[in-house]
Amino acid sequence: MKIQTLSLTLLLIIFWLLNSGLFKPLIFILGAFSIVLVLFISSRMKVIDEESQPLHLTKNIPAYYAWLLKELVMSNIKVVSTIWQGHLQLQPALATIKMDHLSDMGKVIYANSISLTPGTVTTDVTENSITVHALDKSSITDIQSGAMEARVRKLDN
Amino acid sequence: MSMVTTYLSWALLVLGGFLCVSGSVGLLRFPDFFTRMHAASVTDTLATGMILAGLMLQAPTWIVFGKLVMILVFVLLTGPTAGHALAKAALHSGLKPLLPGKSGKIEADTHPSAGGV
Repeated sequence: MKIQTLSLTLLLIIFWLLNSGLFKPLIFILGAFSIVLVLFISSRMKVIDEESQPLHLTKNIPAYYAWLLKELVMSNIKVVSTIWQGHLQLQPALATIKMDHLSDMGKVIYANSISLTPGTVTTDVTENSITVHALDKSSITDIQSGAMEARVRKLDN
Repeated sequence: MSMVTTYLSWALLVLGGFLCVSGSVGLLRFPDFFTRMHAASVTDTLATGMILAGLMLQAPTWIVFGKLVMILVFVLLTGPTAGHALAKAALHSGLKPLLPGKSGKIEADTHPSAGGV
């Protein structure tokens, strides 16, 4: 049995128990049946692999999340202060930014992190560049500095 | 529940509520589709996060706590995905983002599509 199958089974068990909250034999039987059904369908669909279960990231992801949370709070403060500005003066920007040496998973995490932080949204991802729309052009400079890209690359190894 | 958790929980709830309102105000004040999306993402991320964190502190059982964590994870995963899909669709259907000209800045409140507060 693959390690991904094991982790999916565990996740499904936790998911079922949390959602039902009922600890009765009948519910357990129904849960076991559902989990086996889901496992059967997903193995038939061949989606149980390191792309749907990125276990190799587990080691590094808590540090990345902590850093992303800090970035999230900072950019939220920036956007909220822009919103409450007396006289709105915006400098939005659309820019294509180069990136290199990221795996497919890395690209997804990178683009999603940019979209998640308020003030920036990824509009397109290609093989070696991303297109970003930003509320303020200083955010584009921040992304170009490559701090986030370096973090994502570290996460992936 | 101790006094400290109650106060902390309410502080988070109130702050989250304020951020929700900020997001809506931004949605009305900002001039075009793309900038408005940035305002909406404030509500998506920190506002929801703070309200859910405040509720987690008041959770009576671990089951409720776990469900709140699941909601938070779901919101944080779907928010950027939906935002990206919207922005990409808008660009592909030919909507041009409002960009500052040579003078440098956009006078947002004077733009015809501005909601104006």
